[in-house]
Amino acid sequence: MWTSRRLVLAHLWFAFGSFGAALPLGEWQMFIRSPLHAWISDPEWYYRSVTAHGTTMAYVFPTLVAMGFGYFVTEHALQRPMVGLRWAWAGLALVAVGTVMAIVPVALGLASVLYTFYPPLIGNPFYYIGVVLVVVGSWVWVALMSINMYRWKRDNPGAPVPFPMFATVAGSYLWAWTAVGAALELLFQIIPVALGWRSTIDAGLARVFFSWTLHAIVYFWLMPAYIAYYTIVPRAIGGRLFSDTMGRIAFILFLVVAMPIGIHHAFEDPQIGSGFKYLHSVFTALVALPTVLTVFTICASVEIAGRLRGGKGVLGWLAALPWRNPIMLGAALSFVMLGFGGAGGLINMSYQLNATVHNTQWITGHFHLIFAGAIVIMYFVIAYDIWPHLTGRALDSFDLMRAQLWTWFLGMIVLTFPWHWVGILGMPRRMAFYDYTDPAIAAQAASVTMSVVGGAILVLSGVLFLVVLARGQTAPRTEPATYRFSVAVRPPRTLPAALNGFGLWLGLMVGLTIVNYGFPIAHSLVTPGTAVPAVKVGERW
Amino acid sequence: MIRERIASLRNPWFTASIGITVAIALVAAVVGFVWLPLQHPGERFKGVWDAICSASGLVRNAASSAQIVRADYLTTSVEIEPQMLGGASAESIGRGATLALRCTMCHGARGLSQADTPNLAGQYPVTIYKELVDFKTGARGSAVMAPLVADLSDADMRDLAAYYAYLPRVSVPQPSAGEPPRIVASGAPLRGIAPCGACHGEVDSKASAAWLEGQPAIYLRTQLEAFSTGARHNDIGEQMRNIVRRMTADEIAAASAFYAARQ
Repeated sequence: MWTSRRLVLAHLWFAFGSFGAALPLGEWQMFIRSPLHAWISDPEWYYRSVTAHGTTMAYVFPTLVAMGFGYFVTEHALQRPMVGLRWAWAGLALVAVGTVMAIVPVALGLASVLYTFYPPLIGNPFYYIGVVLVVVGSWVWVALMSINMYRWKRDNPGAPVPFPMFATVAGSYLWAWTAVGAALELLFQIIPVALGWRSTIDAGLARVFFSWTLHAIVYFWLMPAYIAYYTIVPRAIGGRLFSDTMGRIAFILFLVVAMPIGIHHAFEDPQIGSGFKYLHSVFTALVALPTVLTVFTICASVEIAGRLRGGKGVLGWLAALPWRNPIMLGAALSFVMLGFGGAGGLINMSYQLNATVHNTQWITGHFHLIFAGAIVIMYFVIAYDIWPHLTGRALDSFDLMRAQLWTWFLGMIVLTFPWHWVGILGMPRRMAFYDYTDPAIAAQAASVTMSVVGGAILVLSGVLFLVVLARGQTAPRTEPATYRFSVAVRPPRTLPAALNGFGLWLGLMVGLTIVNYGFPIAHSLVTPGTAVPAVKVGERW
Repeated sequence: MIRERIASLRNPWFTASIGITVAIALVAAVVGFVWLPLQHPGERFKGVWDAICSASGLVRNAASSAQIVRADYLTTSVEIEPQMLGGASAESIGRGATLALRCTMCHGARGLSQADTPNLAGQYPVTIYKELVDFKTGARGSAVMAPLVADLSDADMRDLAAYYAYLPRVSVPQPSAGEPPRIVASGAPLRGIAPCGACHGEVDSKASAAWLEGQPAIYLRTQLEAFSTGARHNDIGEQMRNIVRRMTADEIAAASAFYAARQ
């Protein structure tokens, strides 16, 4: 009955393989700009590495995890074979071709523009076309998620869509809409210049388009992690999901308010009016709401498990939890990182506090803690949970899994806490060289060195992760028990139509986007003289 | 089961979600576009509409006091674009060669100077053209060059640029330059000095940055010093003046010596 095993496995191996390749690049960057290494003299190598690391870790790795996990959820939540398997393979092929097409020019030093593109920097056109192919491949997935859900609804009129599927489709819609910003930037602004059809570019407008993508893309990365909180963790520790409805509302809120908030990435951009910055700041504050709902629901679900396992008293249920279970451990470590990262995020969204940390190493520390920390550790948890169901072989290196999760957590803390700290001290980001002999920054040398150590721990942890998966691939065959997602305390029998579909929420998402982005984009489009000459990267003349 | 209509005023999910969203957006808009701008003591808005326009990012008529500050000296009139003056024709190069006969006294028969004047052979055409125009307009001052360029037309100057760019950069045996000094390779980030090589070719080449390798050391040093005092000011964005003002005398000497020794 499970037709998508190989498909999911291919997605996840490709995802984790690219993760394994890009991980050491990050540590190399940290090392060569630390006081432990002499200046490499050619910053181009540094930016080449940053571009490869960012492109792989931001576009390829999480997209493939979301796609693979999405296909897994489709079959196991809807309990029937997936529609469009060939299309799914075609989507994966597009992602693969796009990845190679993007990474080759980066490796050749022809597109060292960083994954956020930064026009008026312009690199080799194949880099951008490759990124577009990755996105187009992922849109195949979006369409398949939607088709599978609607076919199921057609065949089961009035029945509640299983929550894992509902959440996955929410994530796919969020991605479909948020990718439009970068797609517009690439197709109408950057690629024509990269191909030599135009020589100038409106960098301010490009930044507005990119901000459209840049914040909600983080929530797209986050979706598999949140889906795992709700649908894997309670089951894996022997509990129940506290509330199915609360989960649906959280994902709906992500869909509506994760999107129209990206201008908080552009608080220092002069081409955007202060009113719109304020508007985006308010909606950014609202996006904390679904996370707060999630933290509450998951803590309640975990408490149910603790009490079912015999825990008593106000805190006694905590001690009764199965802490040696890698899924419990991973989720707990993820929550700790989410707490610290979320607190940092609240600082970034505040206009005044952002002015202090804008473009400093604080920001790099922040997004590594949230994404590479809280989210990616849940990708590991997902892999550990579903791997036996994909390979038909046991995954039982539990000591190794625990060591891997702990080292990922410790490495991420040791990497990002000093990173935040030097950011507060004013160390700028995106620089290839820091002169630690200068008394002004000599005191930051120790903090940067600590981050190098944290990065080394992470590389070790990444290797451990791949070893665990590889061992799972070669273990003796077993027939795993039927895969189940968490069951809610009160599984829904009927649902209001609004909580069983997306029409209303997609309407609100698009409407809010138009309200929050329409004017800044239109204003840039009609204001003359906003384009600047493009600066070609990797060309010498 | 009766299908429940979502888009209906009788559906509480529909009315509540849209109502709450619109209410939040409206309150945020009033605060962000009206109330907050009016709290700025420095801004003198003519009314609420003016404040809204300002907060929307509209370029309003600037107050009359905010005049554009213009330099009190001549600046360059050349607008440089990345692919400018590429692909010169053989005719243009030939005309340039004829015109260049008058330059040979100082810049050498084939663009290689024996007299501590710049070597022009193989220089970027944009650089030659821009400097010629600047000498002609007076944006760059030189008692020697000014009379020589006075009667050159724009086409003449493009031809000269094409000719010198076409000449090979003949390398003269010189002592090895060795490793680039720190100022060339990494600049001085804490003083806001980008590496020389970031524009002048060691690391990357940027439009309008000249080819410096093999130029006479004394010429390079004199020009750097002229930028630092402001005597030379044909860098319209003040990029060279801002950089050199923060350089030490040792760094100026080191950079000049390094580029002079390169081929």
